[in-house]
Amino acid sequence: MGEPDRPRGRSLIGESVLRLEDRPLLVGEGRFLGDVSFEDELHLRVVRSDVAHGVLRGVGLEDVLAAEGVVAAWGADEVAHLPAIEFRMTGFDELRPHCQRVLAGERVRYVGDPVAVVIAEDPYLAEDAAELAFVDVDPLEPVLEANSPEAVAPLTLEHEHGDVEAAFAGAHRIVELRATVGRHSGIPLETRGLLARPVDGDGPDGNRVELYGIAKVPHYNCVTIAAMLGLAPGQVVGREGHVGGGFGVRGELYPEDLLVTHAALKLGRPVKWVEDRREHLLAANHSRDQTYHVRAAVDADGIVQAIDADFFHDQGGYVRTHGATVPNLSVALLPGPYLVPSYRVRGHIRLTNKTPAGTYRAPGRFESTFVRERLMDAVAATYGLDPAEIRRRNLIPPESMPFDRGVNTLGTPVVYDSGDYARLLDRLLDHLGYESLREGLAARRGAGERVGLGIGMFVEKSGLGPFDDVRVRRLDGGGVEVVTGAASVGQGMETVIAQICAEVLDVDYVDVTVRHGQTDMIGRGLGAFASRVTVMTGVAVYLAATELAATGEVAEATFNTEHMTYPYGAHAAVVRVDEGTGGVTVERYVVAYDVGRAVNPMLVEGQIIGGVAQGIGGALLELFAYDSDGQPLATSFMDYLMPTVAEQPPVEVLLSEDAPSPLNPLGLKGAGEGGTTACGAAIAAAIDDAIGRPGAVTSLPATPELVRSLLRI
Amino acid sequence: MTEISAADVAVPVVLRVNGDEYRITAQPRRTLADALRDDCGLTGTHLGCEHGVCGACTVLLDGEPVRSCLLFAVQSQGAEIRTVEGLAGDDGTLHPLQEAFWRHHGLQCGFCTPGFLMLSAGVLETRPDIGDDELREALSSNLCRCTGYQTIVEAVRSVRDAGEA
Ligand code: FES
Ligand code: FES
Repeated sequence: MGEPDRPRGRSLIGESVLRLEDRPLLVGEGRFLGDVSFEDELHLRVVRSDVAHGVLRGVGLEDVLAAEGVVAAWGADEVAHLPAIEFRMTGFDELRPHCQRVLAGERVRYVGDPVAVVIAEDPYLAEDAAELAFVDVDPLEPVLEANSPEAVAPLTLEHEHGDVEAAFAGAHRIVELRATVGRHSGIPLETRGLLARPVDGDGPDGNRVELYGIAKVPHYNCVTIAAMLGLAPGQVVGREGHVGGGFGVRGELYPEDLLVTHAALKLGRPVKWVEDRREHLLAANHSRDQTYHVRAAVDADGIVQAIDADFFHDQGGYVRTHGATVPNLSVALLPGPYLVPSYRVRGHIRLTNKTPAGTYRAPGRFESTFVRERLMDAVAATYGLDPAEIRRRNLIPPESMPFDRGVNTLGTPVVYDSGDYARLLDRLLDHLGYESLREGLAARRGAGERVGLGIGMFVEKSGLGPFDDVRVRRLDGGGVEVVTGAASVGQGMETVIAQICAEVLDVDYVDVTVRHGQTDMIGRGLGAFASRVTVMTGVAVYLAATELAATGEVAEATFNTEHMTYPYGAHAAVVRVDEGTGGVTVERYVVAYDVGRAVNPMLVEGQIIGGVAQGIGGALLELFAYDSDGQPLATSFMDYLMPTVAEQPPVEVLLSEDAPSPLNPLGLKGAGEGGTTACGAAIAAAIDDAIGRPGAVTSLPATPELVRSLLRI
Repeated sequence: MTEISAADVAVPVVLRVNGDEYRITAQPRRTLADALRDDCGLTGTHLGCEHGVCGACTVLLDGEPVRSCLLFAVQSQGAEIRTVEGLAGDDGTLHPLQEAFWRHHGLQCGFCTPGFLMLSAGVLETRPDIGDDELREALSSNLCRCTGYQTIVEAVRSVRDAGEA
């Protein structure tokens, strides 16, 4: 057999063509960070606190320095000139005192807090030597609950619009609940790493340092590292290679990135750091971990007139690059697809002695969707209405689009650009055969099985601006080169960008080469996050290719936008609960998702199905638990449980293109996160239904232990 | 100071990988995965956990899928080792499993892919008629964080159905 067929000379947007990225990855020729090495490279190992909270008296490195193969070892004093790591997004002055320095100085604030580094000729020797460091800590009482009075309270985000007081005063019923989403995270299969290589340069910037293993936001990270190390912006060059999964976690600027670059410059040799899995689970951003108290003022028809929400966000030991991004998104997107004319919310950011937190796929939405949809289910139960019916009554109608939510997030007003939410709900229910499915499940319950159905709806956001640049050039021999400041985290962006370019230029997409993540090839770039690449880079390449078609050899274009696009979705889960063990099996999962226009439906479906797996993990399995001393209990894949194929149900995807975005010429919205968003909500509702107890599941993950305790009440 | 133990003294090791012989020097504590990646230059075998759970490091040892992070290089002498680099033909023709993963979109970031390919190759070569449930069970040995597995299962099933592996 030959290689897979590739369509030629056809319209390509909307076609499920095979990926350009795959061949090297299939034959073992991927260039992930760990695969890159240089002759004279050194290896860095981080010494970390194994106490959750304490006064750091000092780090004894004498034995380390005497160990075989060790070239250098440093504690905080040696890097005291490096500033704390700043916010990349959603910064607040109140949070700034809590930014993380590259090595902890006076206090350690979580198990895993870096306190020293060891650099040696060989990774085994670096690890051996790091074991000899003497970390002298006087333990302090750890704070482990965000809502405890001891938690440092730098900031509360507040928002209010409409007349909340009047809505509650005039409510027919008030429905109230408390709900918690546990701490879990993206956990890409490739751990983090960086290789910094000094190179003598004769260019205008003189000597430079190249960074391999950089990801997600290469330009931002290079410019920031340069500034922190006192270099000119062009002296730090990003060399993005293959990236083994991002999910919000990888590619943020971490202390280790500064330590590695600093070491390479100071020692004048390439320095490589690849963390092990335990380190990843201790040190890379955690996420979720929000606890809510919400009330709804509901009128006689079951319409929610107001929501009043109060939540605690457990930020862990420091505030990292995301600043207040996650709670800010929770604040803005909690009302979701429903009218909710009046809304008040307070989001309390609290510091605890756990790993610092950041974004993870559907940040702030997985959490707030769980809470809002639990609230809608509670309203349905209070009024004796079907869960689908209560949602239908509250949905924003298509004639209200664009719909101004009256709140800002990520620096832009939340204005839903387009959508027919009720139509998507109908499509989901039709596909399920809703009535007969419910009857069938009731019959199975009658026969003794614990089976149930749950649904959840949501509005996602995508395509964060404000700009993206693209340069397109014809190559000798008929090919086309696209250069972008975006990045790849394994999502298939090269293929999607090539498809759009090929369609405009009427060439074969396999003849389009997409270069990304090389910071010396293009002046600026915002990278890959917030499901932005297909929209922002996609439209920019469309504009540049259109110009190239008209003018000739090379063209550049910028796509600017002040607004995000808002895809929307509805999930349904059918689950079976084992009465003996409390174990939950997801029998069937359906995602209806409107992305405006799918450039490559196969890749969109891949994003959704993969997103569902992560959502199921968060709903049922994954939890960073801590003991009462703040010791993390999930430090390996034996304790941090991610779904395998055995836990993954068949996922049916109903891809819809009812509502193209009016904000860009292709109608695109991003597809990266909607597979995850409502998993917690739909599965919790399905468990309630299965055990016949509306409103039973109020915290995630719904572990066997939790479900068993619910069965016993 | 570290004590020098027998485990720290490098010894000559001969590995047979994809039909080629690699003569390396390695400490007895060196894992097979590290020896393949760093001493033989075969970086297609990946490390996702180094504690035997994720399966990214799966290679075939005398036809059996094994976790190369849990084996020492010295233990693997004398065995026929196969890695992802040996799957395609010498002329670059893809193995049916590689082609099926491509067609079925069985990979996103591709980090887990070599492990899944070697696991599937080992399973289908020894049990070409494996049933759907057993195949799912076999594939549940490895982790993928991107795809949700559905397309991986479809890809392997298609090769089994065609009797190609
Ligand atoms: S790296 Fe060997 S099983 Fe994970
Ligand atoms: S494709 Fe990324 S881990 Fe499997």
